[in-house]
Amino acid sequence: MTKSELIERVSERMNIPKNRAEVVVNAVFDSMKQALLEDDRVELRGFGSFSIRNYDARTGRNPRTGEEVHVEAKKSIHFKVGKELRGRVDTLND
Amino acid sequence: MTLTKANIVDVVYDRTQVTKKEASEYVNELFELMKEALEDGEEIKVSGFGKFEVRRKGERVGRNPRTGDEIVIPERKVLRFKVSQVLKDELNGN
Repeated sequence: MTKSELIERVSERMNIPKNRAEVVVNAVFDSMKQALLEDDRVELRGFGSFSIRNYDARTGRNPRTGEEVHVEAKKSIHFKVGKELRGRVDTLND
Repeated sequence: MTLTKANIVDVVYDRTQVTKKEASEYVNELFELMKEALEDGEEIKVSGFGKFEVRRKGERVGRNPRTGDEIVIPERKVLRFKVSQVLKDELNGN
């Protein structure tokens, strides 16, 4: 599902107009994004946590040509799934 | 610093004309909706943020790191988060 489908579902489930559901969904993802851009962690009990990982610059290799390439230092987001959600997603091992 | 659900509720409260209690219900319901979708194996794509998807992992033989005993890890489903390219670029100042 996409963000607009998520907004529709929130609107139906909570019985609120779509424009208010949109404000809610945007507020949630905007605040998470803002925190991560400021190097803060995001912790959502039962869902999971997001944190910034820093990767050093390194010499990589183009897997097709074998050529060496310089890879700049970079930041990325690491997501660790929460206990409750991890269990719920794994429907093969209930 | 860490962003928690309480901080997100405050942002929703600031942006809407609802009570704190309602803002809190909206946020809880949004994450519950997402958990239900992921439980059903559905993928969630939030543009400008990232994508959550459920992946099936085959059975493999692992090892108890403490005792060194071999154990069979059964086939299971795990949640994966992929950061959007837009957010990745923002994180890295591009």
